[in-house]
Amino acid sequence: MVLAVLGLFAPKWLTYLVTMSAGHGLVSLGIVALMRGGVVPFGQGMVFAIGGYSAALLFNKAGFTDALGLALAGGVMATLIAAPFAPLLARYRGIFFAMLTLALSMVTYGLGMKIELLGGSDGFNVGRATLLGWRPPDAQVGYVLYLVTVGVATLMALLARVYFDSTRGLVTLAARDNELRVEYLGGSVRQAMSINFLLAAFCGGVGGALVVLSLGHIEPQFSYWTTSGEFVFVAILAGWQSVAAVFVASTVLEVVRSFSSSYFPNTWQLALGLFLLFVIRFLPRGIGSLWWKR
Amino acid sequence: MQAALTIVVDGLAYASWLFIVALGLTLVFGVLKILNIAHGSFYALGAYAAASFVGWGAALKWAPAFSLVAMLLAAVAVAAIVAPLTERGLLRFFYGRDEVLLVLVTYALFLILEDVTKLIWGTNPYFVSEPYGLFGSVNLGVQTYVGYDFALMAMALVVGAAVWWGLNRTRHGKIVLAVIHSAEIASSMGVNVSRVYMLAFTIGIFLAGLGGAFTSPMISVVPGVSVGVIIVSFAVVIIGGLGSIEGAAVGAIIVGLARSLAVHLAPVAELFSIYIVMAIVLMFRPEGLFQRVQARKI
Repeated sequence: MVLAVLGLFAPKWLTYLVTMSAGHGLVSLGIVALMRGGVVPFGQGMVFAIGGYSAALLFNKAGFTDALGLALAGGVMATLIAAPFAPLLARYRGIFFAMLTLALSMVTYGLGMKIELLGGSDGFNVGRATLLGWRPPDAQVGYVLYLVTVGVATLMALLARVYFDSTRGLVTLAARDNELRVEYLGGSVRQAMSINFLLAAFCGGVGGALVVLSLGHIEPQFSYWTTSGEFVFVAILAGWQSVAAVFVASTVLEVVRSFSSSYFPNTWQLALGLFLLFVIRFLPRGIGSLWWKR
Repeated sequence: MQAALTIVVDGLAYASWLFIVALGLTLVFGVLKILNIAHGSFYALGAYAAASFVGWGAALKWAPAFSLVAMLLAAVAVAAIVAPLTERGLLRFFYGRDEVLLVLVTYALFLILEDVTKLIWGTNPYFVSEPYGLFGSVNLGVQTYVGYDFALMAMALVVGAAVWWGLNRTRHGKIVLAVIHSAEIASSMGVNVSRVYMLAFTIGIFLAGLGGAFTSPMISVVPGVSVGVIIVSFAVVIIGGLGSIEGAAVGAIIVGLARSLAVHLAPVAELFSIYIVMAIVLMFRPEGLFQRVQARKI
Protein backbone atom coordinates (compact mmCIF):
# COMPACT_ATOMS: atom_id res chain seq x y z
CA MET A 1 0.00 0.00 0.00
CA VAL A 2 2.77 2.37 0.96
CA LEU A 3 4.50 1.51 -2.30
CA ALA A 4 1.30 2.12 -4.26
CA VAL A 5 0.93 5.63 -2.84
CA LEU A 6 4.60 6.39 -3.20
CA GLY A 7 4.37 5.34 -6.82
CA LEU A 8 1.98 8.23 -7.47
CA PHE A 9 4.60 10.79 -6.55
CA ALA A 10 7.76 9.04 -7.57
CA PRO A 11 9.41 10.13 -10.81
CA LYS A 12 8.89 7.91 -13.81
CA TRP A 13 12.35 6.37 -13.85
CA LEU A 14 11.92 5.27 -10.25
CA THR A 15 8.55 3.56 -10.78
CA TYR A 16 10.00 1.87 -13.84
CA LEU A 17 13.02 0.73 -11.88
CA VAL A 18 10.87 -0.70 -9.10
CA THR A 19 8.59 -2.41 -11.62
CA MET A 20 11.58 -4.09 -13.23
CA SER A 21 13.01 -5.09 -9.86
CA ALA A 22 9.71 -6.63 -8.79
CA GLY A 23 9.31 -8.52 -12.07
CA HIS A 24 12.86 -9.84 -12.03
CA GLY A 25 12.59 -10.45 -8.31
CA LEU A 26 9.77 -12.92 -8.94
CA VAL A 27 12.11 -15.07 -11.02
CA SER A 28 14.73 -14.96 -8.29
CA LEU A 29 12.04 -15.83 -5.74
CA GLY A 30 11.61 -19.06 -7.69
CA ILE A 31 15.34 -19.70 -7.49
CA VAL A 32 15.25 -19.11 -3.75
CA ALA A 33 12.45 -21.69 -3.45
CA LEU A 34 14.81 -24.21 -5.06
CA MET A 35 17.85 -22.97 -3.16
CA ARG A 36 16.12 -23.80 0.11
CA GLY A 37 16.37 -27.41 -1.02
CA GLY A 38 20.06 -26.99 -1.77
CA VAL A 39 19.95 -26.83 -5.58
CA VAL A 40 20.58 -23.77 -7.73
CA PRO A 41 19.11 -23.63 -11.24
CA PHE A 42 21.32 -21.85 -13.76
CA GLY A 43 18.64 -21.73 -16.43
CA GLN A 44 15.75 -19.86 -14.91
CA GLY A 45 15.92 -17.62 -17.98
CA MET A 46 13.96 -20.42 -19.65
CA VAL A 47 10.75 -19.95 -17.67
CA PHE A 48 11.31 -16.20 -17.70
CA ALA A 49 11.36 -16.27 -21.50
CA ILE A 50 8.45 -18.71 -21.76
CA GLY A 51 6.34 -16.47 -19.54
CA GLY A 52 7.34 -13.44 -21.56
CA TYR A 53 6.72 -15.04 -24.94
CA SER A 54 3.35 -16.48 -23.89
CA ALA A 55 2.15 -13.11 -22.66
CA ALA A 56 3.48 -11.31 -25.74
CA LEU A 57 1.96 -13.83 -28.16
CA LEU A 58 -1.41 -13.78 -26.41
CA PHE A 59 -1.32 -10.02 -26.62
CA ASN A 60 -0.33 -9.74 -30.28
CA LYS A 61 -1.99 -12.79 -31.83
CA ALA A 62 -5.04 -13.39 -29.66
CA GLY A 63 -5.75 -9.77 -28.75
CA PHE A 64 -5.91 -10.57 -25.05
CA THR A 65 -4.61 -7.47 -23.31
CA ASP A 66 -5.45 -7.70 -19.61
CA ALA A 67 -2.29 -7.29 -17.54
CA LEU A 68 -3.35 -9.57 -14.69
CA GLY A 69 -4.63 -12.23 -17.08
CA LEU A 70 -1.43 -12.14 -19.10
CA ALA A 71 0.69 -12.47 -15.97
CA LEU A 72 -1.33 -15.50 -14.92
CA ALA A 73 -1.14 -16.98 -18.42
CA GLY A 74 2.63 -16.51 -18.46
CA GLY A 75 2.95 -18.34 -15.17
CA VAL A 76 0.63 -21.19 -16.19
CA MET A 77 2.35 -21.64 -19.52
CA ALA A 78 5.82 -21.72 -17.95
CA THR A 79 4.59 -24.28 -15.41
CA LEU A 80 3.07 -26.47 -18.13
CA ILE A 81 6.22 -26.47 -20.22
CA ALA A 82 8.42 -27.06 -17.18
CA ALA A 83 6.19 -29.88 -15.89
CA PRO A 84 7.62 -32.77 -17.97
CA PHE A 85 11.14 -31.86 -16.83
CA ALA A 86 10.33 -31.58 -13.14
CA PRO A 87 10.50 -35.27 -12.19
CA LEU A 88 13.67 -35.65 -14.24
CA LEU A 89 15.41 -32.64 -12.74
CA ALA A 90 14.40 -33.70 -9.23
CA ARG A 91 16.99 -36.50 -9.48
CA TYR A 92 19.90 -34.12 -9.99
CA ARG A 93 21.92 -32.15 -7.47
CA GLY A 94 24.62 -29.54 -7.37
CA ILE A 95 26.53 -28.78 -10.54
CA PHE A 96 24.54 -31.28 -12.60
CA PHE A 97 21.22 -29.70 -11.74
CA ALA A 98 22.64 -26.30 -12.59
CA MET A 99 24.03 -27.53 -15.92
CA LEU A 100 20.92 -29.42 -17.00
CA THR A 101 18.68 -26.43 -16.36
CA LEU A 102 21.23 -24.34 -18.22
CA ALA A 103 21.08 -26.69 -21.20
CA LEU A 104 17.29 -26.45 -21.25
CA SER A 105 17.40 -22.67 -21.18
CA MET A 106 19.93 -22.59 -24.01
CA VAL A 107 17.68 -24.84 -26.10
CA THR A 108 14.88 -22.35 -25.46
CA TYR A 109 17.23 -19.58 -26.52
CA GLY A 110 18.05 -21.42 -29.73
CA LEU A 111 14.37 -22.00 -30.46
CA GLY A 112 13.61 -18.35 -29.81
CA MET A 113 16.32 -17.35 -32.28
CA LYS A 114 15.06 -19.64 -35.02
CA ILE A 115 11.28 -19.76 -34.84
CA GLU A 116 9.64 -17.22 -37.15
CA LEU A 117 6.56 -16.82 -34.98
CA LEU A 118 8.76 -15.68 -32.11
CA GLY A 119 10.39 -12.96 -34.17
CA GLY A 120 13.89 -14.46 -34.44
CA SER A 121 16.88 -12.78 -32.83
CA ASP A 122 15.26 -9.33 -32.73
CA GLY A 123 12.16 -10.50 -30.91
CA PHE A 124 9.10 -8.32 -31.26
CA ASN A 125 7.24 -5.48 -29.58
CA VAL A 126 4.20 -5.62 -27.34
CA GLY A 127 1.58 -2.88 -27.06
CA ARG A 128 0.02 -1.35 -23.99
CA ALA A 129 -1.83 -3.58 -21.58
CA THR A 130 -5.26 -2.96 -20.12
CA LEU A 131 -6.47 -3.71 -16.62
CA LEU A 132 -9.79 -5.50 -16.04
CA GLY A 133 -11.27 -4.04 -19.21
CA TRP A 134 -10.10 -0.54 -18.47
CA ARG A 135 -7.68 1.08 -20.90
CA PRO A 136 -5.46 3.46 -18.96
CA PRO A 137 -4.50 6.73 -20.67
CA ASP A 138 -0.99 6.75 -22.10
CA ALA A 139 0.48 8.84 -19.33
CA GLN A 140 -0.65 6.41 -16.67
CA VAL A 141 0.19 3.06 -18.23
CA GLY A 142 3.55 3.02 -16.48
CA TYR A 143 1.95 3.62 -13.12
CA VAL A 144 -0.77 1.02 -13.67
CA LEU A 145 1.77 -1.61 -14.65
CA TYR A 146 3.81 -0.60 -11.64
CA LEU A 147 0.77 -1.19 -9.41
CA VAL A 148 0.03 -4.54 -11.02
CA THR A 149 3.63 -5.74 -10.84
CA VAL A 150 4.23 -4.64 -7.28
CA GLY A 151 0.83 -5.99 -6.24
CA VAL A 152 1.40 -9.39 -7.82
CA ALA A 153 4.92 -9.55 -6.44
CA THR A 154 3.69 -8.76 -2.93
CA LEU A 155 0.98 -11.39 -3.17
CA MET A 156 3.42 -14.01 -4.44
CA ALA A 157 5.92 -13.08 -1.75
CA LEU A 158 3.29 -13.58 0.95
CA LEU A 159 2.25 -16.91 -0.55
CA ALA A 160 5.90 -17.92 -0.75
CA ARG A 161 6.34 -17.16 2.94
CA VAL A 162 3.29 -19.28 3.79
CA TYR A 163 4.64 -22.10 1.63
CA PHE A 164 8.13 -21.89 3.10
CA ASP A 165 6.70 -22.25 6.60
CA SER A 166 4.36 -25.09 5.63
CA THR A 167 5.26 -28.74 6.20
CA ARG A 168 6.49 -29.24 2.65
CA GLY A 169 8.47 -26.04 2.79
CA LEU A 170 10.20 -27.30 5.90
CA VAL A 171 10.83 -30.71 4.33
CA THR A 172 12.66 -28.81 1.59
CA LEU A 173 14.76 -27.10 4.18
CA ALA A 174 15.52 -30.44 5.81
CA ALA A 175 16.56 -31.91 2.46
CA ARG A 176 19.14 -29.18 2.26
CA ASP A 177 20.73 -30.49 5.44
CA ASN A 178 20.49 -34.20 4.79
CA GLU A 179 18.44 -35.91 2.12
CA LEU A 180 18.83 -39.46 3.35
CA ARG A 181 17.58 -38.51 6.76
CA VAL A 182 14.49 -36.92 5.22
CA GLU A 183 13.81 -40.08 3.24
CA TYR A 184 14.16 -42.28 6.33
CA LEU A 185 11.78 -40.02 8.20
CA GLY A 186 9.17 -40.62 5.52
CA GLY A 187 9.48 -37.46 3.46
CA SER A 188 9.90 -37.55 -0.31
CA VAL A 189 12.78 -35.38 -1.39
CA ARG A 190 12.10 -35.87 -5.09
CA GLN A 191 8.49 -34.87 -4.75
CA ALA A 192 9.45 -31.77 -2.82
CA MET A 193 12.07 -30.90 -5.44
CA SER A 194 9.64 -31.38 -8.34
CA ILE A 195 7.03 -29.21 -6.71
CA ASN A 196 9.59 -26.55 -5.90
CA PHE A 197 10.71 -26.60 -9.51
CA LEU A 198 7.14 -26.11 -10.73
CA LEU A 199 6.55 -23.30 -8.28
CA ALA A 200 9.78 -21.69 -9.42
CA ALA A 201 8.61 -22.04 -13.03
CA PHE A 202 5.33 -20.36 -12.16
CA CYS A 203 7.07 -17.49 -10.40
CA GLY A 204 9.48 -17.12 -13.31
CA GLY A 205 6.67 -17.16 -15.89
CA VAL A 206 4.67 -14.50 -14.06
CA GLY A 207 7.83 -12.41 -13.70
CA GLY A 208 8.61 -12.79 -17.39
CA ALA A 209 5.09 -11.76 -18.43
CA LEU A 210 5.12 -8.69 -16.19
CA VAL A 211 8.57 -7.59 -17.31
CA VAL A 212 7.58 -7.93 -20.97
CA LEU A 213 4.47 -5.82 -20.46
CA SER A 214 6.49 -3.00 -18.89
CA LEU A 215 9.39 -3.32 -21.28
CA GLY A 216 7.13 -3.52 -24.33
CA HIS A 217 9.57 -5.89 -26.00
CA ILE A 218 10.75 -9.48 -25.92
CA GLU A 219 13.76 -11.22 -27.45
CA PRO A 220 15.57 -14.56 -27.10
CA GLN A 221 18.16 -12.89 -24.86
CA PHE A 222 15.61 -13.45 -22.07
CA SER A 223 16.67 -17.09 -22.06
CA TYR A 224 20.41 -16.59 -22.51
CA TRP A 225 22.63 -17.90 -19.75
CA THR A 226 23.86 -14.46 -18.75
CA THR A 227 20.26 -13.46 -17.96
CA SER A 228 19.89 -16.59 -15.85
CA GLY A 229 23.17 -15.70 -14.19
CA GLU A 230 21.76 -12.39 -13.07
CA PHE A 231 18.78 -14.10 -11.47
CA VAL A 232 21.08 -16.42 -9.57
CA PHE A 233 23.14 -13.39 -8.62
CA VAL A 234 20.07 -11.81 -7.03
CA ALA A 235 19.12 -15.02 -5.27
CA ILE A 236 22.62 -15.41 -3.81
CA LEU A 237 22.65 -11.77 -2.86
CA ALA A 238 19.35 -12.23 -1.05
CA GLY A 239 20.18 -15.50 0.67
CA TRP A 240 17.62 -18.22 1.16
CA GLN A 241 16.06 -17.24 4.44
CA SER A 242 14.07 -14.11 3.79
CA VAL A 243 11.51 -13.48 1.05
CA ALA A 244 11.62 -9.71 1.35
CA ALA A 245 15.38 -9.84 0.84
CA VAL A 246 14.82 -11.18 -2.69
CA PHE A 247 13.08 -8.00 -3.73
CA VAL A 248 15.56 -5.83 -1.88
CA ALA A 249 18.39 -7.63 -3.68
CA SER A 250 16.62 -7.32 -7.01
CA THR A 251 16.23 -3.59 -6.48
CA VAL A 252 19.87 -3.31 -5.45
CA LEU A 253 20.91 -5.02 -8.69
CA GLU A 254 18.70 -2.74 -10.81
CA VAL A 255 20.03 0.34 -9.02
CA VAL A 256 23.66 -0.73 -9.30
CA ARG A 257 23.11 -1.62 -12.93
CA SER A 258 21.33 1.54 -14.00
CA PHE A 259 23.63 3.86 -12.07
CA SER A 260 26.84 2.24 -13.13
CA SER A 261 25.72 1.96 -16.73
CA SER A 262 24.95 5.68 -16.83
CA TYR A 263 28.05 6.84 -14.92
CA PHE A 264 30.66 4.40 -16.19
CA PRO A 265 29.11 2.73 -19.22
CA ASN A 266 32.23 0.79 -20.17
CA THR A 267 32.91 -0.77 -16.83
CA TRP A 268 29.52 -1.51 -15.33
CA GLN A 269 30.05 -5.26 -15.57
CA LEU A 270 33.30 -4.78 -13.72
CA ALA A 271 31.48 -2.89 -10.98
CA LEU A 272 28.83 -5.59 -10.83
CA GLY A 273 31.43 -8.34 -10.60
CA LEU A 274 33.33 -6.63 -7.79
CA PHE A 275 30.06 -6.05 -5.97
CA LEU A 276 29.12 -9.72 -6.28
CA LEU A 277 32.53 -10.85 -5.01
CA PHE A 278 32.19 -8.50 -2.08
CA VAL A 279 28.80 -9.94 -1.18
CA ILE A 280 29.93 -13.57 -1.44
CA ARG A 281 33.02 -12.83 0.65
CA PHE A 282 31.47 -10.82 3.44
CA LEU A 283 27.78 -11.75 3.42
CA PRO A 284 27.86 -15.43 2.44
CA ARG A 285 24.30 -16.00 3.62
CA GLY A 286 22.94 -13.02 1.73
CA ILE A 287 21.48 -9.72 2.83
CA GLY A 288 18.52 -11.59 4.30
CA SER A 289 20.88 -12.81 7.02
CA LEU A 290 21.19 -9.22 8.23
CA TRP A 291 17.76 -9.31 9.80
CA TRP A 292 16.92 -13.02 9.78
CA LYS A 293 18.58 -14.77 12.68
CA ARG A 294 18.07 -18.46 13.07
CA MET B 1 30.33 -39.39 -49.11
CA GLN B 2 31.91 -36.05 -49.88
CA ALA B 3 29.48 -34.33 -47.56
CA ALA B 4 30.17 -36.86 -44.83
CA LEU B 5 33.90 -36.22 -45.11
CA THR B 6 33.39 -32.48 -44.89
CA ILE B 7 31.21 -32.91 -41.82
CA VAL B 8 33.83 -35.08 -40.15
CA VAL B 9 36.72 -32.75 -40.96
CA ASP B 10 34.81 -29.66 -39.81
CA GLY B 11 33.64 -31.45 -36.71
CA LEU B 12 37.10 -32.66 -35.78
CA ALA B 13 38.68 -29.25 -36.38
CA TYR B 14 36.06 -27.71 -34.08
CA ALA B 15 36.58 -30.55 -31.61
CA SER B 16 40.34 -30.07 -31.46
CA TRP B 17 40.45 -26.53 -30.12
CA LEU B 18 37.45 -27.28 -27.98
CA PHE B 19 39.28 -30.25 -26.49
CA ILE B 20 42.26 -28.07 -25.58
CA VAL B 21 40.03 -25.53 -23.85
CA ALA B 22 37.87 -28.15 -22.14
CA LEU B 23 40.95 -30.01 -20.94
CA GLY B 24 41.95 -26.90 -19.00
CA LEU B 25 38.45 -26.61 -17.57
CA THR B 26 38.30 -30.24 -16.51
CA LEU B 27 41.79 -30.08 -14.95
CA VAL B 28 40.90 -27.03 -12.89
CA PHE B 29 37.70 -28.71 -11.78
CA GLY B 30 39.45 -31.95 -10.94
CA VAL B 31 42.05 -30.33 -8.70
CA LEU B 32 40.43 -27.18 -7.34
CA LYS B 33 36.78 -28.36 -7.51
CA ILE B 34 35.84 -25.14 -9.25
CA LEU B 35 33.66 -25.08 -12.36
CA ASN B 36 35.23 -22.01 -13.84
CA ILE B 37 32.87 -19.73 -15.78
CA ALA B 38 35.76 -17.33 -16.30
CA HIS B 39 37.49 -20.03 -18.35
CA GLY B 40 35.96 -18.51 -21.49
CA SER B 41 37.40 -15.15 -20.51
CA PHE B 42 40.86 -16.72 -20.37
CA TYR B 43 40.20 -18.13 -23.81
CA ALA B 44 39.33 -14.61 -24.98
CA LEU B 45 42.44 -13.20 -23.31
CA GLY B 46 44.50 -15.77 -25.19
CA ALA B 47 42.90 -14.79 -28.47
CA TYR B 48 43.42 -11.08 -27.87
CA ALA B 49 46.99 -11.54 -26.69
CA ALA B 50 47.68 -13.64 -29.79
CA ALA B 51 46.28 -10.85 -31.97
CA SER B 52 48.63 -8.36 -30.33
CA PHE B 53 51.69 -10.64 -30.39
CA VAL B 54 51.22 -11.63 -34.01
CA GLY B 55 50.72 -7.97 -34.84
CA TRP B 56 53.98 -7.04 -33.13
CA GLY B 57 55.75 -9.89 -34.85
CA ALA B 58 54.55 -8.59 -38.20
CA ALA B 59 55.66 -5.07 -37.27
CA LEU B 60 59.14 -6.39 -36.47
CA LYS B 61 59.22 -8.08 -39.87
CA TRP B 62 59.51 -11.60 -38.48
CA ALA B 63 59.04 -14.48 -40.86
CA PRO B 64 55.38 -15.56 -41.03
CA ALA B 65 56.23 -18.92 -39.46
CA PHE B 66 57.14 -17.07 -36.28
CA SER B 67 53.51 -16.11 -35.85
CA LEU B 68 53.01 -19.64 -34.49
CA VAL B 69 55.64 -18.93 -31.85
CA ALA B 70 53.98 -15.60 -31.17
CA MET B 71 50.66 -17.34 -30.54
CA LEU B 72 52.32 -19.82 -28.19
CA LEU B 73 54.00 -16.97 -26.35
CA ALA B 74 50.65 -15.23 -26.04
CA ALA B 75 49.18 -18.26 -24.24
CA VAL B 76 52.24 -18.47 -21.96
CA ALA B 77 51.97 -14.77 -21.17
CA VAL B 78 48.29 -15.04 -20.28
CA ALA B 79 48.93 -18.01 -18.00
CA ALA B 80 51.99 -16.45 -16.36
CA ILE B 81 50.33 -13.13 -15.63
CA VAL B 82 46.67 -13.89 -15.01
CA ALA B 83 46.76 -17.28 -13.31
CA PRO B 84 48.80 -16.36 -10.21
CA LEU B 85 46.85 -13.14 -9.90
CA THR B 86 43.43 -14.80 -9.86
CA GLU B 87 44.41 -17.89 -7.88
CA ARG B 88 46.38 -16.14 -5.13
CA GLY B 89 44.49 -12.86 -5.21
CA LEU B 90 40.95 -14.16 -5.42
CA LEU B 91 40.12 -17.85 -5.53
CA ARG B 92 42.05 -18.96 -2.43
CA PHE B 93 39.67 -16.98 -0.25
CA PHE B 94 36.82 -19.17 -1.39
CA TYR B 95 38.25 -22.71 -1.25
CA GLY B 96 36.06 -25.25 0.47
CA ARG B 97 32.86 -23.32 -0.14
CA ASP B 98 29.81 -24.76 -1.86
CA GLU B 99 30.42 -25.75 -5.50
CA VAL B 100 27.59 -23.63 -6.82
CA LEU B 101 28.77 -20.64 -4.84
CA LEU B 102 32.18 -21.05 -6.44
CA VAL B 103 30.49 -20.99 -9.84
CA LEU B 104 29.09 -17.62 -8.85
CA VAL B 105 32.54 -16.39 -7.81
CA THR B 106 33.90 -17.24 -11.22
CA TYR B 107 30.80 -15.66 -12.78
CA ALA B 108 31.81 -12.43 -11.03
CA LEU B 109 35.34 -12.91 -12.31
CA PHE B 110 33.95 -13.40 -15.80
CA LEU B 111 32.02 -10.10 -15.58
CA ILE B 112 35.16 -8.32 -14.42
CA LEU B 113 37.43 -9.81 -17.08
CA GLU B 114 34.88 -9.03 -19.77
CA ASP B 115 35.27 -5.32 -19.09
CA VAL B 116 39.01 -5.55 -18.49
CA THR B 117 39.46 -7.03 -21.97
CA LYS B 118 37.42 -4.20 -23.43
CA LEU B 119 39.48 -1.65 -21.53
CA ILE B 120 42.75 -3.09 -22.80
CA TRP B 121 41.86 -3.95 -26.39
CA GLY B 122 38.87 -1.73 -27.10
CA THR B 123 35.74 -2.94 -28.85
CA ASN B 124 36.99 -3.15 -32.43
CA PRO B 125 37.47 -6.60 -33.91
CA TYR B 126 40.97 -8.00 -34.47
CA PHE B 127 41.87 -10.30 -37.33
CA VAL B 128 44.83 -12.65 -37.16
CA SER B 129 44.88 -13.88 -40.72
CA GLU B 130 48.60 -14.57 -41.05
CA PRO B 131 48.98 -18.06 -39.53
CA TYR B 132 45.87 -19.41 -41.22
CA GLY B 133 47.58 -19.78 -44.58
CA LEU B 134 50.80 -21.26 -43.20
CA PHE B 135 49.87 -24.87 -43.69
CA GLY B 136 48.59 -24.49 -47.22
CA SER B 137 45.63 -26.56 -48.22
CA VAL B 138 44.98 -30.27 -48.26
CA ASN B 139 43.24 -31.94 -51.13
CA LEU B 140 41.05 -34.91 -50.25
CA GLY B 141 39.11 -36.15 -53.24
CA VAL B 142 37.16 -33.31 -54.81
CA GLN B 143 37.11 -31.04 -51.80
CA THR B 144 40.02 -28.93 -50.59
CA TYR B 145 40.49 -28.32 -46.89
CA VAL B 146 42.53 -25.72 -45.05
CA GLY B 147 45.76 -27.17 -43.76
CA TYR B 148 45.47 -25.19 -40.52
CA ASP B 149 42.52 -27.37 -39.46
CA PHE B 150 44.68 -30.47 -39.63
CA ALA B 151 47.50 -28.71 -37.79
CA LEU B 152 45.01 -27.95 -35.01
CA MET B 153 44.00 -31.60 -34.81
CA ALA B 154 47.64 -32.61 -34.51
CA MET B 155 48.16 -30.05 -31.81
CA ALA B 156 45.15 -31.29 -29.86
CA LEU B 157 46.57 -34.81 -29.97
CA VAL B 158 49.97 -33.61 -28.77
CA VAL B 159 48.48 -31.49 -25.98
CA GLY B 160 46.17 -34.29 -24.85
CA ALA B 161 49.00 -36.83 -24.83
CA ALA B 162 51.30 -34.43 -22.99
CA VAL B 163 48.77 -33.74 -20.24
CA TRP B 164 47.97 -37.44 -19.89
CA TRP B 165 51.65 -38.34 -19.71
CA GLY B 166 52.38 -35.52 -17.31
CA LEU B 167 49.61 -36.62 -14.96
CA ASN B 168 50.11 -40.36 -15.08
CA ARG B 169 53.81 -40.86 -15.69
CA THR B 170 55.64 -38.16 -13.78
CA ARG B 171 56.26 -37.58 -10.11
CA HIS B 172 54.53 -34.20 -10.15
CA GLY B 173 51.58 -35.69 -11.95
CA LYS B 174 51.20 -38.38 -9.31
CA ILE B 175 51.22 -35.74 -6.61
CA VAL B 176 48.48 -33.87 -8.48
CA LEU B 177 46.47 -37.10 -8.69
CA ALA B 178 46.90 -37.57 -4.95
CA VAL B 179 45.55 -34.07 -4.35
CA ILE B 180 42.61 -34.75 -6.68
CA HIS B 181 41.82 -37.85 -4.65
CA SER B 182 42.02 -36.15 -1.29
CA ALA B 183 43.62 -32.81 -0.65
CA GLU B 184 43.57 -33.40 3.10
CA ILE B 185 45.42 -36.72 3.06
CA ALA B 186 47.89 -35.42 0.50
CA SER B 187 48.57 -32.45 2.70
CA SER B 188 49.19 -34.66 5.73
CA MET B 189 51.66 -36.67 3.63
CA GLY B 190 53.72 -33.56 3.14
CA VAL B 191 52.38 -32.34 -0.20
CA ASN B 192 52.27 -28.58 -0.57
CA VAL B 193 48.65 -28.48 -1.64
CA SER B 194 48.44 -24.79 -2.33
CA ARG B 195 51.38 -25.09 -4.70
CA VAL B 196 49.63 -27.93 -6.54
CA TYR B 197 46.49 -25.77 -6.80
CA MET B 198 48.58 -22.99 -8.22
CA LEU B 199 50.25 -25.33 -10.72
CA ALA B 200 47.02 -26.93 -11.88
CA PHE B 201 45.27 -23.60 -12.20
CA THR B 202 48.14 -22.15 -14.22
CA ILE B 203 48.16 -25.13 -16.58
CA GLY B 204 44.38 -24.89 -16.91
CA ILE B 205 44.58 -21.21 -17.82
CA PHE B 206 47.45 -21.91 -20.19
CA LEU B 207 45.30 -24.45 -22.03
CA ALA B 208 42.42 -21.96 -22.26
CA GLY B 209 44.81 -19.33 -23.56
CA LEU B 210 46.35 -21.81 -25.97
CA GLY B 211 42.93 -22.70 -27.36
CA GLY B 212 42.12 -19.01 -27.71
CA ALA B 213 45.45 -18.12 -29.30
CA PHE B 214 45.32 -20.86 -31.90
CA THR B 215 41.69 -20.28 -32.85
CA SER B 216 42.22 -16.54 -33.25
CA PRO B 217 43.15 -16.97 -36.95
CA MET B 218 39.82 -18.71 -37.59
CA ILE B 219 37.53 -16.16 -35.97
CA SER B 220 37.30 -12.41 -35.64
CA VAL B 221 38.40 -11.54 -32.14
CA VAL B 222 35.62 -9.35 -30.75
CA PRO B 223 34.17 -8.69 -27.30
CA GLY B 224 31.83 -11.54 -26.50
CA VAL B 225 33.84 -14.47 -27.88
CA SER B 226 34.18 -15.67 -24.30
CA VAL B 227 30.44 -16.03 -23.72
CA GLY B 228 29.82 -18.72 -26.30
CA VAL B 229 33.00 -20.68 -25.53
CA ILE B 230 32.16 -21.06 -21.85
CA ILE B 231 28.89 -22.81 -22.42
CA VAL B 232 30.19 -25.05 -25.19
CA SER B 233 33.18 -26.15 -23.13
CA PHE B 234 30.86 -26.74 -20.18
CA ALA B 235 28.83 -28.99 -22.41
CA VAL B 236 31.99 -30.91 -23.33
CA VAL B 237 33.15 -31.59 -19.79
CA ILE B 238 29.65 -32.36 -18.57
CA ILE B 239 29.14 -34.87 -21.38
CA GLY B 240 32.53 -36.46 -20.74
CA GLY B 241 32.35 -36.39 -16.98
CA LEU B 242 33.94 -33.67 -14.86
CA GLY B 243 37.63 -34.12 -14.21
CA SER B 244 38.29 -36.78 -16.85
CA ILE B 245 40.77 -36.34 -19.72
CA GLU B 246 39.32 -39.14 -21.85
CA GLY B 247 35.91 -37.66 -21.14
CA ALA B 248 36.99 -34.26 -22.41
CA ALA B 249 38.32 -35.84 -25.61
CA VAL B 250 35.18 -37.87 -26.29
CA GLY B 251 32.97 -34.97 -25.26
CA ALA B 252 34.77 -32.60 -27.61
CA ILE B 253 34.43 -35.02 -30.52
CA ILE B 254 30.73 -35.56 -29.81
CA VAL B 255 30.07 -31.84 -29.55
CA GLY B 256 32.19 -31.03 -32.61
CA LEU B 257 30.44 -33.63 -34.75
CA ALA B 258 26.98 -32.72 -33.46
CA ARG B 259 27.62 -29.12 -34.32
CA SER B 260 28.99 -29.74 -37.81
CA LEU B 261 26.18 -32.22 -38.53
CA ALA B 262 23.70 -29.53 -37.57
CA VAL B 263 25.51 -26.86 -39.55
CA HIS B 264 25.56 -28.95 -42.71
CA LEU B 265 22.28 -30.80 -42.52
CA ALA B 266 19.92 -28.71 -40.39
CA PRO B 267 21.23 -25.16 -39.96
CA VAL B 268 18.18 -24.28 -37.90
CA ALA B 269 19.39 -26.57 -35.15
CA GLU B 270 22.93 -25.22 -35.00
CA LEU B 271 22.37 -23.13 -31.92
CA PHE B 272 20.93 -25.80 -29.74
CA SER B 273 22.21 -29.11 -31.15
CA ILE B 274 25.00 -29.07 -28.56
CA TYR B 275 22.66 -28.52 -25.64
CA ILE B 276 20.28 -31.22 -26.79
CA VAL B 277 23.18 -33.69 -26.85
CA MET B 278 24.23 -32.50 -23.42
CA ALA B 279 20.72 -32.85 -22.04
CA ILE B 280 20.36 -36.35 -23.48
CA VAL B 281 23.69 -37.51 -22.07
CA LEU B 282 22.84 -36.06 -18.67
CA MET B 283 19.50 -37.83 -18.68
CA PHE B 284 21.04 -41.25 -19.15
CA ARG B 285 24.43 -40.77 -17.50
CA PRO B 286 23.86 -38.06 -14.90
CA GLU B 287 27.55 -37.95 -14.01
CA GLY B 288 28.79 -37.87 -17.60
CA LEU B 289 30.16 -40.66 -19.78
CA PHE B 290 33.49 -41.22 -18.01
CA GLN B 291 32.71 -40.48 -14.41
CA ARG B 292 32.82 -43.23 -11.84
CA VAL B 293 29.71 -43.38 -9.72
CA GLN B 294 30.36 -41.95 -6.31
CA ALA B 295 28.83 -43.18 -3.11
CA ARG B 296 26.53 -40.70 -1.52
CA LYS B 297 27.63 -39.59 1.89
CA ILE B 298 25.24 -39.90 4.76
